[in-house]
Amino acid sequence: MEIRERIEALLAEAFPEVKFEYTDFRGDLRVLFSKEHVIPVCKFLRDNEELAFSMCEDITAIDWARQPNRFSVVYHIYSLKNKYRLRLACDVEEHEAKIDTVTSVWKSANWYERETWDMYGINFEGHPDLRRMYMAEEFEYFPLRKEYPMIGIPGDQPLPKK
Amino acid sequence: MGLEAKFMNEGFLTSTVDALVAWARESSVWPMPMGISCCAIEMIATAGPKYDIARFGSEVMRFTPRQCDVLLVAGTVTYKMAHVVKKIYDQMPEPKWVIAMGVCASTGGVYRSYPVVQGIDTFLPVDVYVAGCPPRPENLLNGLMMIQEKIKKTKAREFQNIPMLEPVKINGN
Ligand code: SF4
Repeated sequence: MEIRERIEALLAEAFPEVKFEYTDFRGDLRVLFSKEHVIPVCKFLRDNEELAFSMCEDITAIDWARQPNRFSVVYHIYSLKNKYRLRLACDVEEHEAKIDTVTSVWKSANWYERETWDMYGINFEGHPDLRRMYMAEEFEYFPLRKEYPMIGIPGDQPLPKK
Repeated sequence: MGLEAKFMNEGFLTSTVDALVAWARESSVWPMPMGISCCAIEMIATAGPKYDIARFGSEVMRFTPRQCDVLLVAGTVTYKMAHVVKKIYDQMPEPKWVIAMGVCASTGGVYRSYPVVQGIDTFLPVDVYVAGCPPRPENLLNGLMMIQEKIKKTKAREFQNIPMLEPVKINGN
């Protein structure tokens, strides 16, 4: 049986109460589900012997500039055993831009979540060290949010005196 | 005539101290290589045997600002990096010059976006802008020769009594 059918079957069996939406883009599978279940679902995908998604390759977000569900947090995970790449996505609201951290599942999530916090201002609750990654510590905006102008806001980042 | 006539055929030259000092300065402009992105590759090529910056007396790329005369900013300067560039510039002894190599350092270039400083002249006194993305080594050498032309016109006493900088606090940047 194909691995993607196994993923669907195993997830449905393990989480009967969660609604998973599957979409396919050029052969890449994407699973959308609600953000409350992010830790159990990730743990399951990692620990299931057959699937064994042992590697978290990237975490990022998308600002759809829409209401509701303004942001999506996207997880790229990889199964070395099956040589299969999977995308997980959870929608996040603007007024409640937060989601549980998956650093307890994959250690590599630490810096990816910091980066996503820095760029989109999505709070990863329970993260051990949620500091800015690229921008200066005292920077006040989240530059990849759509309302932030491309060229920046004059004076938001200090320059040295001439 | 004057002295020249008297010393003719005796193995002496006459000149002014200003011209002599300027000539010495101009012939050994040691760069501080701030190679902070892709332009650095062309800067390295300029130092290599084919273009050979040693012909102009600038082959000594010292990685300490204390021994350098020209700050060669080769690359994209972000707002975070700007403080580092300025700190290095402040540590260079007078007299000193600045080359903005490439469009990134000169104007921000293609990076018309929030993290990139739109030209290092917003916080440094730039002497020569070298155009190109990246500039070819000949172009950088041309920029260096323009600095040499500029130094040639200086007088030795111009650089006396330049006030010392305030000491910089280590933690307070
Ligand atoms: S000017 Fe071009 S080559 Fe130079 S640092 Fe900028 S992008 Fe790179």
